[in-house]
Amino acid sequence: MTKSELIHALAEKQSYLAHKDVELAVKSLLEAMTMALSSGERIEIRGFGSFSLNYRPPRIGRNPRTGESVDLVGKYVPHFKPGKELRERVNATLSQQ
Amino acid sequence: MALTKAVLAERLSEEIGLNKREAKELVELFFEEIRATLESAEPVKLSGFGNFDLRDKNQRPGRNPKTGQEIPITARRVVTFRPGQKLRMRVDAKSRK
Repeated sequence: MTKSELIHALAEKQSYLAHKDVELAVKSLLEAMTMALSSGERIEIRGFGSFSLNYRPPRIGRNPRTGESVDLVGKYVPHFKPGKELRERVNATLSQQ
Repeated sequence: MALTKAVLAERLSEEIGLNKREAKELVELFFEEIRATLESAEPVKLSGFGNFDLRDKNQRPGRNPKTGQEIPITARRVVTFRPGQKLRMRVDAKSRK
């Protein structure tokens, strides 16, 4: 499922917003989530999961083409931990198959 | 303070002009649609934000860390999140400051 398919599905499942406004809403939600993570804030959605940042310490990398070593600074990367309900529902489908 | 569904609903009602109840329902619907899609074994790809993918894990030997007793970890399906380029770049840019 892509973002536009998600927008389409949501537009069909509710009655108070036009398709265009659902599109705005989805973009606004993803923007709010991106903003939170990029300002170092966690996201906690009960039953869905939580997003946090993991730290990658500085390391010496290598340019694969030239073999030259490059100093890479430490950085933060987003991390998602699925919540209980999501874990259970996804796993239940596996055992049904 | 973590970003929660309540904060997201607040933001939607300000930006899209939904009332509190409608905004709350839409936030709930957004996460439910993603969960239901993953539950049906279909990945969700939100361009710019990231991809929620599914991985099937085989059974493997495990151990109860408290008692040391060996118990198999059953086969399961898990959700993994791979942040998109835009999200990774924005998180990285902030963490450099």
